[in-house]
Amino acid sequence: MIEKECDVAVIGAGPAGLAAATEADKAGCKVMMIDRDDGLGGILQQCIHPGFGLIEFKEEMAGPEYAQRYIDMLPNTNIEVVKGTMVLDMTSDKEIYAINEQGIVKIVAKSIVLAMGCRERTRGAIKIPGYRPTGVYTAGTAQRFVNIEGFMPGTKFVILGSGDIGMIMARRLTWEGAKVQAVVEILPFPSGLVRNKVQCLDDYGIPLYLSHTVVRVHGRDRVTGITIAKVDDAWKPIPGSEIFFDCDTLLLSVGLIPENEVSKKAGVKLGKTNGPEVNQFLQTNIDGIFAAGNVLQVHDLVDNVSAEARKAGRMAAMSAAGTKIPNLNDGDSVPLVAGNGIGYVLPTKINMAIPDEFVGESGLVKLSLRVKKPVNDQYLKVKNGETEIYKKAFKYMRPSEMILFELKPEVLSGIDASQSLEVFLEPKEVETTEETTEEVTEESAESTEGGE
Amino acid sequence: MLYDYCIIGAGVTGTAIARELSKYKAKTIVLEKLSDIASESTKANSGIVHAGFDATTGTMKAEMNVKGNPMFDELCSDLYIPFNRMGSFVVCLAGQNMDYVEELYQHGVERGIPIEIIKDLDEIKKMEPNISNDTEAVLYAPTAGVISPFKLAIAMAECANINGVEFSFNTPVQSIEKLNKSFIVDTPTRSIQARAVINAAGLYADEISRMIGDASFKILPRRGEYILLDKIPNFLNHVLFPVPTKKSKGILVSPTIDGNIFIGPNAEDMESKVDLSTTVPGLDEVMEGGKKLVPTIPMGESITNFAGLRAVSDNNDFIIGESQVASGFFQASGIQSPGLSSCLAIADTEVELIKQAGFDLEAKENFIATREKPVVFSELSWEERAALIEKDPRFGHVICRCETVTEGEIVQAIKRPIGARTVDGVKFRTRAGMGRCQGGFCSPRVIKLLARELGKNLNDVVKREPGTRYFFGETKDFRKLNAQPAMEEREE
Repeated sequence: MIEKECDVAVIGAGPAGLAAATEADKAGCKVMMIDRDDGLGGILQQCIHPGFGLIEFKEEMAGPEYAQRYIDMLPNTNIEVVKGTMVLDMTSDKEIYAINEQGIVKIVAKSIVLAMGCRERTRGAIKIPGYRPTGVYTAGTAQRFVNIEGFMPGTKFVILGSGDIGMIMARRLTWEGAKVQAVVEILPFPSGLVRNKVQCLDDYGIPLYLSHTVVRVHGRDRVTGITIAKVDDAWKPIPGSEIFFDCDTLLLSVGLIPENEVSKKAGVKLGKTNGPEVNQFLQTNIDGIFAAGNVLQVHDLVDNVSAEARKAGRMAAMSAAGTKIPNLNDGDSVPLVAGNGIGYVLPTKINMAIPDEFVGESGLVKLSLRVKKPVNDQYLKVKNGETEIYKKAFKYMRPSEMILFELKPEVLSGIDASQSLEVFLEPKEVETTEETTEEVTEESAESTEGGE
Repeated sequence: MLYDYCIIGAGVTGTAIARELSKYKAKTIVLEKLSDIASESTKANSGIVHAGFDATTGTMKAEMNVKGNPMFDELCSDLYIPFNRMGSFVVCLAGQNMDYVEELYQHGVERGIPIEIIKDLDEIKKMEPNISNDTEAVLYAPTAGVISPFKLAIAMAECANINGVEFSFNTPVQSIEKLNKSFIVDTPTRSIQARAVINAAGLYADEISRMIGDASFKILPRRGEYILLDKIPNFLNHVLFPVPTKKSKGILVSPTIDGNIFIGPNAEDMESKVDLSTTVPGLDEVMEGGKKLVPTIPMGESITNFAGLRAVSDNNDFIIGESQVASGFFQASGIQSPGLSSCLAIADTEVELIKQAGFDLEAKENFIATREKPVVFSELSWEERAALIEKDPRFGHVICRCETVTEGEIVQAIKRPIGARTVDGVKFRTRAGMGRCQGGFCSPRVIKLLARELGKNLNDVVKREPGTRYFFGETKDFRKLNAQPAMEEREE
């Protein structure tokens, strides 16, 4: 067994891992970054479409280019990159056990950043009935087949789920010469970004069936067709509304799940997003274990992943250097509660006993949330007990677009720590017409591209 | 070439008989219409080795189950097949038929099966904390166990193969001609002459039987749908059955040998022998059935669903032994639940009946009862893992992240006797692709390993049967043939 020691161990070398590791390195820490793949950049390696880097680098680039910007920084750092190495176990004492072709690697770290990303939900997770032929893939697997392996996984496609990867694959497959018959979404609205609907489906005349789902997979050996049906408000298929599509492949783009198998082994507490519960320092319930990126919450923009991970990298470095960063369970914590209209909100808690190093620092308490369903003309509010401490007006809010905002130190310093903080939506009194709604949808699409 | 025995079907029954026959000096071949061992009824099976109190007294089912259950320990130890006698509960909920439970208890006592009725809810809850609060009593049978049905069949096939039994896949039997002292078994690719034929053809046993003029039974396919949940440590400790009906043992909830939880099967009589589709009402029925026994069952942990077809004979019992119509033609037909539990007893009985029918079977002195232990990396200690990787670095390369299956194990599965030739073949031997991501991560990697090890193009790698390939050529070729001009070009 090869034994190594470091200040900060970063698990995963995707966008979160790269940003966390470089940030911890800047602080002068001995950093090890471990990844199961032989290449760096994680899923970005297969994301050869544009749309990355608008916030982070103020230019639009493809996924591999974005990753390369960070990879190019590595030679000027002291980060030890451990590739082709799968972490199998982690303890609350921050011992990591991993394997690679050289053998077992045991890494004893002072602090750890979890940056393992997420995985795709599968057919079983959503119970699609029918046969089990070849030709049913998650969109990400198909993306790997096409973009990395260079093989066509089908010729005629139906895509279930209007997640971003699914819509991006609809365009990619069309470019490769395949026919995409339909994108089918059970919700009454697209679940990915509006810009992806416009640029990947509308521009290519690919129909999007909202409030529909797959009710049958045909074909015993290979997919020979897909039947979809309209669903009612309870998501039950409506008899008589079936539509059959001739196709040989069904892609699933039905959501992403943070990948926390290793976190669980160390006893990291998971929350509503399936990711770890953290406080504003991105620290979990275990001292010295931090989390950032899609392992914490599924982001829609990689730029936000990098920013979040930089913070985790900085905190992990400080923790390794001996600063006591409050963990999730430490006292003086105020829970954040997702109220009306809010799907989830992070961090889970805000710790009021802020170490001296952070007192008065702006940008420390960043909240991220997603709304449950698309809504117009809302106030996003935070109340502490009955006292309103934050209010911002939004013309449009969509579940596909993560909302990030800050609670400033001066706001937090005055709150009653015995009361929780509730984040909720409150309708704004405005006159709306159908026409203006349409108009601002487009505008909103633009603003998404510009990012937060 | 003249074979002594030709077994039709490589499910759990066919492979058990093949292994039993391989103990004797005989030339045996197994013909399988599909591409691998355990490809039909065996693979979509609950994987329960029943205690044996359930089947009606006096039936072959009851006799074989009672005889077969104790045979698993030695076989599983010899062949390194994971097996866990975790025990089973028949769960009698408030208002259910306790008299029938008492009757089953009496069956158990009469048949010498360890069995008891527990009525104290506290005691029951101690044994099974997540069982329904409405539980009035359970019938506890400690000798029931769980096993992987395909690992069992694959191990028995390997053992048979090591001892000289030949296997021929993708070889559907089209006709059988009875000669004076032998049979000609015809398939699209080869003709087999054998002194005796053993019909272990599962769903198609009636059709095979009719080929020699024995139309004494019919196989009625009965579909069962299952939902498989992720591994949930310490959630369940026993196999939980509802109070059974005449038609089936009902929808059970049970841990699998690998630590997942499954719910199912329902029971639906079918016209078709090929309809393995799952349905909305079927899956709903399964889910509801599961919730009755374990109300807190976390359905959100579902990772897949699938269906299997039971090969039920119209007399509702196993049919074992020589056909009344054709001497030398032996039946192992109508083998449905408790078929898995009975397969070792059926094989043993069948070979006895073959001897009694006048076939002389002389025991081999050099029968190899065991096989090389397959490496299961995830179950090894860190020291064992380190030693293994040092010997072969491919064991340090994880291919399936959910189940921690390494390249070394996959190569081993391909290279073993009766090795994997398909992605499902790798899956059933190693569990690569059986975890929570259902192959999303590892299937591209497994496809590449199969292509490399078998010297094939990626285009020619299949999931299971020949029609189940993954790819339609390389993107660069496909694009040349099919691509539409890009958006901008069209506009110009």
